[in-house]
Amino acid sequence: MLNVVRAELRKLRRPTLFFGTMGAALFFTGLITSFIYLMIDSPQGNGDRGRSISREVLALANGSVNGFASVGGFLGIIALCVFAAQTAQEYTYGTLRNLLIRQPGRMKILVGKLVSMALFAIAMIAIAAVVSITISYILAPGAEVNTDLWFTSAGFEAIFTTFVNVTISVVAFGIVGMILGLLLRSPISAISFAVLWLLIVENLLIAVKNSLQSWLPGAQLSAIATGGAVDLTYKHALTVGGLYVAVGAIVASVLFVRRDVAN
Amino acid sequence: MPNTAISVTDLSKKYDDRLAVSHINFEVPLGIVCGFVGPNGSGKTTTMRMLLGLITPTTGQGHILGEPIEHPEKYLSRVGAMIEGPAFYPALSGYENLMVLAKLGGFPIERVQQLLDKVGLGDRGKSKFKTYSLGMKQRLGIAAALLPEPKLLMLDEPTNGLDPEGIQEVRALLRDLANQGTTVFVSSHLLSELEIISDYIVMLRKGEIVFAGPIGELMAQQQPTIIAKSLNHSDLQKIVEIAEAAGHHAVIRNDSVHVLAEMDWAPVLNKAAFDAGITLAQLAPQLPNLEETFFEMTGDK
Repeated sequence: MLNVVRAELRKLRRPTLFFGTMGAALFFTGLITSFIYLMIDSPQGNGDRGRSISREVLALANGSVNGFASVGGFLGIIALCVFAAQTAQEYTYGTLRNLLIRQPGRMKILVGKLVSMALFAIAMIAIAAVVSITISYILAPGAEVNTDLWFTSAGFEAIFTTFVNVTISVVAFGIVGMILGLLLRSPISAISFAVLWLLIVENLLIAVKNSLQSWLPGAQLSAIATGGAVDLTYKHALTVGGLYVAVGAIVASVLFVRRDVAN
Repeated sequence: MPNTAISVTDLSKKYDDRLAVSHINFEVPLGIVCGFVGPNGSGKTTTMRMLLGLITPTTGQGHILGEPIEHPEKYLSRVGAMIEGPAFYPALSGYENLMVLAKLGGFPIERVQQLLDKVGLGDRGKSKFKTYSLGMKQRLGIAAALLPEPKLLMLDEPTNGLDPEGIQEVRALLRDLANQGTTVFVSSHLLSELEIISDYIVMLRKGEIVFAGPIGELMAQQQPTIIAKSLNHSDLQKIVEIAEAAGHHAVIRNDSVHVLAEMDWAPVLNKAAFDAGITLAQLAPQLPNLEETFFEMTGDK
């Protein structure tokens, strides 16, 4: 399986893909983190869906990662697109047959792909974390936010916990991308379907009926990144989101292992 | 140590109601070039995919290098293959594409540049695959198939898109590999192409085996033809009558008479034609080529 990981990393280090993905991650990280501090007194709010994040909240030990946690959902969507494209392209380019001739263990191919893309995602998350915390630290004085507690032991613990939560969330989004890539076998179809569902359909459904927030997959995975949300506990999000991912992964894996490679 | 590279028994593949491959049986000995011939849609690629573990047979069994095809992990490390044209990542260079496969198979990375040189892409290895011509893509596909230093090389239409020089190079490469002990199983719908390089032939038509065996044996089964041309077109029918009177089947084809007869009957025909007042412009004994043999055996033309 290590050979699969090495081979996949060779594809992921392609400059256009690597710098394009990191650029998108940095853009969203910079934008969302900056909004929190630059719009701290705005009546429209400075957080997700018009929510206000006060100076007092930002001054807590976990204040440094507020922006980073908020960007977790966007990082998840980026990861979903990368995972979906990297998986489905094997069908559209016909390269899956090359992979299976060199490594006939289909589960090894899947797990190797997942591990390599998870490593890619972790690199993206780490860069986003550093950039978000740096921007927060630079903008905090101008927004009159006290940063004394940020780099205490409790502060570092919060950074670590948030990093883990965002990683779980982003990799889970990525697995959803892989599942869609395997099921639809086309990068465009997989990404369009996922983005349409996560950014439009789920938000519309939640706007119509708020309680659906506790059951829709995208909402669960985003809530994991932030350590839970209003009316949605971390544990609930982890359980329901984990179930969605597990069921999808089992179905897609069985199909991948059993399906003829005829293209 | 098995003495066959490929052995297939009752192998079938059914898609919905259609049998793409129907209960085929054949064996390919080790260390030869075996042509796998048949028209487009005859089931060649489907058979190759089954042999490589890419699709599951509906019925039957197969063995590659002595290992059952249900366990491709036991033999694929010794098999190189290019199926249904070269497939690579367009945004990666030829070199990077081979590196991906070299890493995946755990092959020495030095082989990548060696193989690029071997197939004539040494100076274009850094160019992106999407900028390659069809011939260059085909060469890269062959290089990828050679990565494992295979005991069995399976190539599906490897000369597609190659210019005459490239075709000759591929022929020479395949012959070299066979001389070094690699079994080459190569498919093509261009029968004349395979006739030149193959020691052994497996003929497929509409999913069924028409012939499998040494090419010499196949040709020996075929009756030689004598081709006769007269100065006068109106004499052709008379030549047919002379041949048929002597018990040989004869037909007029492309301004000449094709007589199914042994070569030593040519002087007899010449004399009979002279006696009948016919001046022959050409009298040539000719063995049927693979293409004619194929059509004769399948009755397609």
